[in-house]
Amino acid sequence: MKDVEMKMLERAKALLGSGEVARVIGWKKGEFYFDPVPASFESVEELSDFVYNGFCGANLSKYLIQMSKKEGKTAIFLKPCDSYSFNQLVKEHRIVRENIHVIAIECQGKLDIEKIKAQGVSAVTEVEEDGDTVKVSSLYGETTLNKEDILLVKCATCKSKTHQAKDEEIVLHEMPESKNNRFDEVEKLEAMTETERFAFWKLQLQKCIRCNACRNVCPACSCIKCVFDNPASGIAAKANDSEFEEKLFHIIRAFHVAGRCTDCGECSRVCPQNIPLHLLNRKFIKDIDGLYGEYQAGETAEGKTPLTSYTEGDKEPNDVVDGEAK
Amino acid sequence: MQEVTTEKKEFVPNIVAFCCNWCSYAGADLAGSSRLSYPANVKIIRVPCSCRVNPSFILKAYQQGADGVILCGCHPGDCHYVTGNYYARRRMSLLFSFLNYMGIEKERTRVEWVSAAEGQRFSAVMNDFVKTVTALGENRKLTDLRVKEGE
Amino acid sequence: MLKIAKERLNELYAKIAESMGLFIPIKKAGEVNYHVWGEGKEVSLETLKTVKSPKNAFFPASENLMKFKTEGKNLEIIDVRWDKSEKPFVIFGVKACDYKAIEVLDKVFLADPVDTYYQSRREAFTIVTLACSKPEESCFCNAFGVDATAPKGDVTTWLDEKYLYWQPNTEKGEALTQIVADMAEQGGEAEVAAQQAATQAIMEKLPFASLDLSRFQPENLNELFDDPAWEEMSEACLGCGTCTFVCPTCQCFDIRDFKTHEGVIRYRCWDSCMYSDFTLMAHGNSRTTQMQRFRQRFMHKLVYYPSQNDGLYSCVGCGRCVNKCPQRLNIVKVIKTLGGKDND
Repeated sequence: MKDVEMKMLERAKALLGSGEVARVIGWKKGEFYFDPVPASFESVEELSDFVYNGFCGANLSKYLIQMSKKEGKTAIFLKPCDSYSFNQLVKEHRIVRENIHVIAIECQGKLDIEKIKAQGVSAVTEVEEDGDTVKVSSLYGETTLNKEDILLVKCATCKSKTHQAKDEEIVLHEMPESKNNRFDEVEKLEAMTETERFAFWKLQLQKCIRCNACRNVCPACSCIKCVFDNPASGIAAKANDSEFEEKLFHIIRAFHVAGRCTDCGECSRVCPQNIPLHLLNRKFIKDIDGLYGEYQAGETAEGKTPLTSYTEGDKEPNDVVDGEAK
Repeated sequence: MQEVTTEKKEFVPNIVAFCCNWCSYAGADLAGSSRLSYPANVKIIRVPCSCRVNPSFILKAYQQGADGVILCGCHPGDCHYVTGNYYARRRMSLLFSFLNYMGIEKERTRVEWVSAAEGQRFSAVMNDFVKTVTALGENRKLTDLRVKEGE
Repeated sequence: MLKIAKERLNELYAKIAESMGLFIPIKKAGEVNYHVWGEGKEVSLETLKTVKSPKNAFFPASENLMKFKTEGKNLEIIDVRWDKSEKPFVIFGVKACDYKAIEVLDKVFLADPVDTYYQSRREAFTIVTLACSKPEESCFCNAFGVDATAPKGDVTTWLDEKYLYWQPNTEKGEALTQIVADMAEQGGEAEVAAQQAATQAIMEKLPFASLDLSRFQPENLNELFDDPAWEEMSEACLGCGTCTFVCPTCQCFDIRDFKTHEGVIRYRCWDSCMYSDFTLMAHGNSRTTQMQRFRQRFMHKLVYYPSQNDGLYSCVGCGRCVNKCPQRLNIVKVIKTLGGKDND
């Protein structure tokens, strides 16, 4: 991964140095190896703390809503999954495509520091990536973990390693596709009884603290004003433990991105209480696939979405169970 | 002195019916003028088209204590706005399946197409839906229980 | 000092729960937070940082203030405040940083005019603190003068492989000690001292062991406020409220009305200065950009609050924001950028 980082830095320097772009969106060093921060670099000097490593899980595409409206061209590093969100934003006219230079970058799956800690390693000070294993140093000793066990949820069930948008590419090694089926967990829930499912979601959603991180990080949640921030909407709410409010919030949130959600997995990555929010979005994706034909949001920047089109022979809502007609 | 009764109050569900202005609302009207009966606990909310109904309307109804929600519009192909009900159909298919995924009884929410000429059908649909929801019982899963405090 | 065998802890919880409500870190759906104890619940005292802080106990995320009942033209106002005479509570396992945070909250809620809702809960609670023995990389409580190995509280406890050591500090603590006395034995001073020394040695090695706060002084307010670094620091901020909701000292709330079938419930719920509708007025939010909202939060913690409270910072170094910020922004970055020259 070090060689990819070097190459990216080289390109960023060249683009900024020549004045071809006004800024580059990437990641800068955090306090540790495992907490890089999304950043925009406007000069070659600023690139001194540029970083790209196994913890650059954040999807940068949403920052383009603001950045692409600024003066000058913006270059952005996009992983395969981020490129879907990028297309979707172009399709919805949220970003100005001509103002953006997309650099498609290599991704071998990103790591989750919380999963590392869940393996019993606390006070992590250093992390060293080495192929399929990761060496973790902490104040209490060293340990080697399997990369597979500490991947972000979204990476463990990665949908594709193919970039859907790019102006140039930095891929130095082969990127093998994930073998995991991303609908397995959804199917498990579908197989439960109604009562079991209700209990499952109640337990999970009770944890919600209504911090709105899932909404604010979501590239599909790009409304200028969200209904939940609008006191006049009648459904704005800040309370989180009334047994209902969080359900309303999560159902509306998931529905609002149905057919537009690219399954980038950011919602689950950022949830401070680790609620499996991607399972809500994936249900919609699975049902859309089953009812209206395979559809992957963000595969292209053109065309209609399943909820902005119809056929005369569509199934009747009363007959639909789990994406199939009864 | 009033007699103390231990008998439980019979459950009468609260039903919210979203009816499109052009077909189903007129259908309800026809049911009325034809003296066909449908239960008084069905509260009709008139909307310009079935596709005006945002999922948050349905959830808001449940939050406020509805036990069942039914959406009625023109038959597919007959929409006053040509295609509105086709979009509504897709949205509701996904919403109903999703609510069920969250553990909400599927039968609580329904879509029926009722034309302006179908007073009879309107009455039959409502009677049947009320029967279904009565059998399901009170909606506690999606109600904000605070609304029922003191009842 | 008393000590209680670790295997008898469950017995201890049950004994306390007989006469008092017991809040304790419990693992539920994978996450550890303070919940009411009950038989069979998965207690996790070893968890260093609960996701939500113990402030939840005194200042719940959502709390009813009053109810209005309407009947014809009559309006009845019902006081629904939590009844403190009902049952006393114990909160068990509060870490030193979180205990310090209660001190910060007290200064806000118990200063004149007293917030009686907070006060009644606060008074009903006996606080049992637990010393840290395994601090994490994100900890920096020592920067705020907190000794993680000797928290205060009504009772201070230390936990090792074999025993829970128990030291009552106040009258309330003595009363609680009476309840658990028959399962405790005398001793433990040496073990506690050894544990404290070992932990302190680790504390010194922590990555954030020497943060320099010297520039955060009231006289530097304007200079700090106008610092150009805020723009860059806040660039990646999503404007979510994670940092404020996991923070043990954030105390902002909103008051809202909820319409019921027979009237209105007036309640308060947590609010976040990160939100666009925070302190919303007719003209909008007084802080129009995310940079301004971001700056507000940290200026409040490090400059405004201390200038009104004899230099007491309203950050306690628990490190929850370091762990939980989706984009890895946090107060440590702000301190390192603006705090003083010893941070380089």
